[in-house]
Amino acid sequence: MKIKKSLAISETGFVFDPSTGDSYTLNPIGLEILQMLREGNSREEITGTVTQAYDVDAMTFERYYFDFLGMLKQMQLVETDE
Amino acid sequence: MDKKPFERPVIKKLNAGMPSKFGLQVRHEPITEIDGVPVSSLLERYGSPLFIYSEKTIRSTFREAFRAFSSRYPNVLFSWSYKTNYLNAICKIFHQEGSWAEVVSGFEYKKALENGVKGDRIIFNGPDKSRADLQLAVKNGSLIHIDHFDELYELIEVAKESDAKPNVAIRINMDAGIYPAWDRFGFNYENGEAWDALNRIMHCENLELAGLHTHIGTYIMSTEPYRIAATKMAELAVGLERKFHHHIRYIDIGGGFASKNTLKGGYYPGSDTTPSFEDYAEAIVSVLMKADFHPDHLPLLILETGRALIDDAGYLAGTVVATKRLADGQRASILDAGVNLLFTSFWYDHDIRPAKPVSDQTEETAIFGPLCMNIDVIRKSTIFPLLKKGDPYVIRRVGAYNNTQWLQFITLRPNVVLIDNSSQVHVIRREETLETLNDLESTPEHLNVHK
Repeated sequence: MKIKKSLAISETGFVFDPSTGDSYTLNPIGLEILQMLREGNSREEITGTVTQAYDVDAMTFERYYFDFLGMLKQMQLVETDE
Repeated sequence: MDKKPFERPVIKKLNAGMPSKFGLQVRHEPITEIDGVPVSSLLERYGSPLFIYSEKTIRSTFREAFRAFSSRYPNVLFSWSYKTNYLNAICKIFHQEGSWAEVVSGFEYKKALENGVKGDRIIFNGPDKSRADLQLAVKNGSLIHIDHFDELYELIEVAKESDAKPNVAIRINMDAGIYPAWDRFGFNYENGEAWDALNRIMHCENLELAGLHTHIGTYIMSTEPYRIAATKMAELAVGLERKFHHHIRYIDIGGGFASKNTLKGGYYPGSDTTPSFEDYAEAIVSVLMKADFHPDHLPLLILETGRALIDDAGYLAGTVVATKRLADGQRASILDAGVNLLFTSFWYDHDIRPAKPVSDQTEETAIFGPLCMNIDVIRKSTIFPLLKKGDPYVIRRVGAYNNTQWLQFITLRPNVVLIDNSSQVHVIRREETLETLNDLESTPEHLNVHK
């Protein structure tokens, strides 16, 4: 999944979508994941990074990761060709 | 190296110009322990979900209520409303504090007797008292509050048969300025029916008119209806003194005091809007102290309030079963306790808290129970922290009506524990098992043949 290139993401977790004018806020782990997605990291790479830093196993993380991707899709923050 | 605690990732859309109605961030202070006992250890030991009662809170709430009335009026009595919560341990705490028993069925009446309440300290209310119930109540010298003329005449027959002169009151319904006015219980004040009943009793040599009773409604968020009710009750009592030279021994003003829960649709939280015991007491007692009672015959004031005395002392703790997103993207959390255990969620916006520390992150969330039924909704939409599967939660103020109106529906009813004043935990009602229910059933023999 690729997120929209035009998104402005601040270091404190605010997101601005210039194509709609909508703003969003992320929690810290949501911000980390969004930044990794923008850098083109794969699911496996993201899972590895998160499970190393946080107290969570890969299986548990996976379900919340996909849930998070679902939210990004719902908010139309991903490239439309995905 | 210690890993950081994991919180599920979340993104929220910002709605500029539409802050929360109070303009403040909604914070969810966790309830990690109750009276010094960690919630997590309670769930581990006694299972999830779990009802938890605080003896300390019950006693302190009762004493606050009693003080509010007794500091204003010389002769006050509380009678514990069994239907609000008739777990024996809970009833016995109130009886230890000096409460009599207020019951509304033969079942509750016998429960009170088994809890050690003397017959003459039981107030028997309600529209359905069987002849056997009346006979038992007459034999025990209980206070029988008559609901309708059919009951009045049956009681006269029972009294004649027993050669006893039962102590009775009539229940009076009235316009106390609340809508809708309750007129289905007792005899109406405004249309003269109450006086008809009083005249009938006063001319009956088999009945002793001991008191007058009313119960104007439930969850009454204003004190004014109580002032009106007390005024009308005092007028009847003074009228009886004038007409029959009869001094009633008590005025029972019933219950109906609101707790600090927030009713569905309420704009402000109940904790900010519910009158205090002092407010209710001032409204009622100020009328009685001004009434024209004979100074030597100031009637006893009886209160039957239940909800306001027990709601705060009850907690329902449990575990998040799952989180999911609904079709429109809204977050939903499924808890392991639903409307089957939390009957009051049909009329309250319950205060649900995490039972362990959480971040300030929140999402608008629908809170569902575990039942495979569409009606199982605890909160349709609330700002809620980012709990995930397995996280513990606590629902506050569930002490009234839930352990009497709960349903054995789809799942079994869980353990109920009491934390005593020394923070010791006691199981006061065991969880149900399949055997509990199967013991009540029997299957005809021909259905036991398996094909």
